[in-house]
Amino acid sequence: MSVSLPLVITAAVLVGTGVYLMLERSLTRVLVGLVLLSNGVNVSFLVAAGRPGDPPLYDGSNAETMADPLPQALVLTAIVITLGTTAFLLAMAHRSWQLNGNDDVQDDIEDAAIRRLALADDVSEGYEAEDEDRPADTHDEDRGEDRR
Amino acid sequence: MLAFVLAHLVAAAAAPVLVRRVGRWTFAVLAIVPAVTFAWALTAAPIVLSGGAVSTTVDWVPAIDMELALSMGLLQWVMVLVVAGIGALVLAYCSWYFHTGEDGLVAFSTAFMGFVGAMLGLVLADDLLLLYVFWELTTVFSYLLIGFDPLKRANRLAAMEALIVTTLGGLTMLVGMLLLGREAGTLRISEILADPPPESATLVVAVLLILVGALSKSALVPFQFWLPGAMAAPTPVSAYLHAASMVKAGVYLVALLAPVFATVPGWHLVILTLGTVTMLLGGWRALRQVDVKLLLAYGTVSQLGFLMVLFGIGTRTAALAGLAMLVAHALFKATLFLSVGIIDHQTGTRDLRELSGVGRAMPVVAVAATIAGASMAGVPPLLGFVGKETVWAAVLELTEGEVAGVPPYAGWLVLAGLMVGSAFTAGYTLRFLWGAFWTKRGLEPTPVTPVPPPFAAAPVLLAALTVVLGFSGYALTDAFGLYADALPGPAEEYLALWHGLELPLLLSALTLAGGAALFAARATVCRAGGLVSDRLSAEGAYRFLMRLLDRAAIETTGAFQRGSVSGYLAVILVVVLVLPGGATILALGAAGGVDVVMWDRPAQVILAAVLVLAAVVAARSRRRLRAVTLAGVTGYGTALLFLIHGAPDIALTQVLVETVSLVVFVLVLRRLPPFFSDRPLSRSRYWRMALGAGVGIAVAGFLLVAANARSSTPISQAFAEAAYEYGYGRNVVNITLVDIRAWDTLGEIAVLVAAATGVASLIFLDSRTSGIRRVRDIPYPTDVQKLPSSGGRRVWLPGPRTLSPDRRSIIFEVVTRLVFHTIMVFSVYLLIAGHNLPGGGFAGGIVAGLALMVRYLAGGRYELDEAAPVDAGVLIGTGLFIGALASLGPLLLGGEVQRTYDTYLTVPLLGELHLVSSVVFDVGVYLVVIGLVLDLLRTFGSRLDRHILREERGGDTDSERENRDRRAFR
Repeated sequence: MSVSLPLVITAAVLVGTGVYLMLERSLTRVLVGLVLLSNGVNVSFLVAAGRPGDPPLYDGSNAETMADPLPQALVLTAIVITLGTTAFLLAMAHRSWQLNGNDDVQDDIEDAAIRRLALADDVSEGYEAEDEDRPADTHDEDRGEDRR
Repeated sequence: MLAFVLAHLVAAAAAPVLVRRVGRWTFAVLAIVPAVTFAWALTAAPIVLSGGAVSTTVDWVPAIDMELALSMGLLQWVMVLVVAGIGALVLAYCSWYFHTGEDGLVAFSTAFMGFVGAMLGLVLADDLLLLYVFWELTTVFSYLLIGFDPLKRANRLAAMEALIVTTLGGLTMLVGMLLLGREAGTLRISEILADPPPESATLVVAVLLILVGALSKSALVPFQFWLPGAMAAPTPVSAYLHAASMVKAGVYLVALLAPVFATVPGWHLVILTLGTVTMLLGGWRALRQVDVKLLLAYGTVSQLGFLMVLFGIGTRTAALAGLAMLVAHALFKATLFLSVGIIDHQTGTRDLRELSGVGRAMPVVAVAATIAGASMAGVPPLLGFVGKETVWAAVLELTEGEVAGVPPYAGWLVLAGLMVGSAFTAGYTLRFLWGAFWTKRGLEPTPVTPVPPPFAAAPVLLAALTVVLGFSGYALTDAFGLYADALPGPAEEYLALWHGLELPLLLSALTLAGGAALFAARATVCRAGGLVSDRLSAEGAYRFLMRLLDRAAIETTGAFQRGSVSGYLAVILVVVLVLPGGATILALGAAGGVDVVMWDRPAQVILAAVLVLAAVVAARSRRRLRAVTLAGVTGYGTALLFLIHGAPDIALTQVLVETVSLVVFVLVLRRLPPFFSDRPLSRSRYWRMALGAGVGIAVAGFLLVAANARSSTPISQAFAEAAYEYGYGRNVVNITLVDIRAWDTLGEIAVLVAAATGVASLIFLDSRTSGIRRVRDIPYPTDVQKLPSSGGRRVWLPGPRTLSPDRRSIIFEVVTRLVFHTIMVFSVYLLIAGHNLPGGGFAGGIVAGLALMVRYLAGGRYELDEAAPVDAGVLIGTGLFIGALASLGPLLLGGEVQRTYDTYLTVPLLGELHLVSSVVFDVGVYLVVIGLVLDLLRTFGSRLDRHILREERGGDTDSERENRDRRAFR
């Protein structure tokens, strides 16, 4: 199956620029990156669909000449999902701006806390195998009756 | 047989209801279930005692040959009697031990009942995997029972310790069982025992791995430490799980396998050594405990080592002794623990330095405990003595080198170990009885509340059995012989009180004398025990390992979970680059060239150039609006690419979606700063560029390779005909969405629902329903009176009047008046026509959304509510509901899910209409999409309008208010 070079290049550039933007901190940029990336992926579906053809409207005899309908159905789904995702990210960007005065993606505080524990060679909060406050009655090896 | 196991689990499920109804009497009611099981086992006695077995098999997972195979031979029968009998007594005892309304009764009764059921299943299971399942169930229930009071740190620690140790053993055992099953070619225990696999290295490994499980469950060295810790549980639990039943699981497993596998290399070495060491260690520690319950716990450790040795020897005599001791131990240890429970309950202490004169205050309990203690120490005429007599006979056989694989010197060592261990046993028994019941000089008698007679019933009954069985040596020999006779070794030994003046009697007397001496010198013994440091104990090793594990987890998490989203993304992308990217390069090299054309249609080249330019400029842009607009350009460009490829449906949808996105973007961007936050150019930027370029190239390579690698006909070749035949439509893409891949679409609109809900929650923060405000809801200013007027003409498009004049656009309003209805009609047309022509629910829904958007843009937020006075959530929910209904509807008509039906309807004027059922599904999609767009307009449009208005009026912004709230909250 031969491939149309412009489609490949378009898909590659859209994905590449999308990735570049998604690695940014500003949520709006991430969002623009996401839009570019999804467009790139949708274009690559066209590559998977093979050679162009007639619109997939069946009249009883044109099954051979029509474009592959399956990738189209997948892309249609993807387009609408992208709208939902975009809207959600936008809402997040707006909320972040409302709370912090910017729309930058913050690093996770909990993870930073774990990193501090690691640097301090400490154990986690959930760890409790030490027995300093174990009731004496379960462990009284050192309290033989002679020592009372 | 299975029914009895299940009955326990059902009763466990019913326990919470019972607790609510009858409080502490729950336990008495629950006790009926094991009691009935006990009775059933008794009725099965004739079969079992004549050498038969009761079995049943139910298919469970046929694919892996897993069956619910249960079987009850003599060994199992004895275990069932112990498990069910003592289970019933302990449960009944619980009714007096606990109080109605006590915390945790629900969890406790459920877990206890579940435990009895699991234990029963464990001993009855005739399938290795089934046995394993019940084995782990007992572990889990015991974890819950030990952690009865999760607020106490000691309980949590002990529960965790028991869980980890026994699970570790259990998993090891599972590996061994699977190996054994593979060697034997079956997992059925009875078949493996009847036809054992030939000895091989694998078999040795398998058996030793299984032994690890048994040792950990029965708390043998080096796993012994979890058992004393488990004493943090309520005393009935200790009595049942950690004395009479769960810890016996390991012993049972060894007893089960001994007849066939005792000759496996390593078996004797492991069991005899560890068993003897455990007996000595447990006894030695028990000798110096001051908590009588803990004393018994160490005693249990000691006794388990003893039992393991007996079953591990694998001769007839040892097996007889083992079974006798197993039953004896279950009876006396349950009695002793239950007595301790009564003492603890009635005096409030278990410390033998505080207890004094308890024997006088509760003579019945004291007598029962003394009988049990005497049986433990091996005093005639009790069952413990009967067992011990035969024990000595069995160990003496060992010293004569009559047992294969055990040299005489080892036999002597075992004999010496067991003798000393038995002396310890006698010693700590005396210490226990003295500590718990005797009146001590210099101590005030401990205040004791009277014991209700039923509370003491269980220990008394069990003590009585100890006496009765002590006189039933011959009957026991006959019964236990059914198991023991399968083992090699001399066949003349029997269980009896009197064998004559022989060596065993002397040995029994010696151990008792030793015990008395130890008790007499108890102060010295305690001091000596204190000299031996337990710093290097197995428990210490366990703690060290757990700490190590936690530290390793922290270090690993700290190293890999950096908390930066772009960091994670970069890791993922680098993997994409290296793995699929690398594979692509290899594939390109192997293919030796790809089949590329310069264009399918010349227009592709121009469009590609525009798209590439737009994308690159968008990536470099520092203005938000410019970046967004250029992203929109790539969207429209993509739509054109779709169109010339022969995909009108997605081209249409893409254009519509792009328009909605652009408007929504702009609505939000009016709130955000015009420029991206300024950041110094850092080196990381070039890394990002490199990564982006790399991924782009990888995608290009992948597309080239994948497209050239196509070798089969696409599945979609058949779609066109199928769409027409079964979907009754000509638009193949639409039929794919609403019929062929309708599940996919249903999932997708569910995602839309989630996204819309997410957006609404992030912007509205509280309730989305409060948002709808019509024009007529606007209050008049306080000094204006509304005069009732008649015949007022309703204005179409009243919203713009709510806007300030400088924001109104007359032309926009006029155009809106003209086109709104047309657009709506067009959207419905797209929805219906989509079946045969480009269009469909998605496109139709977005067009309707655009119509609403036009109304909003022309007339502001009041106009939007005039246009759509419904809650977006209702619309979305209804849409999803219709979609689901349309999917399930065909089931009612006897078809499959999502099957499409069609019918013809003649309508006057319009003629004959072809109605297709999948349109209903599309209507669902249509509503969800309208709802989504409406939600976006309400949130990003109306809601943000209000924020802006409030700021202009000089009021608080949301963020300021929130900050103030947060400060106040602190």
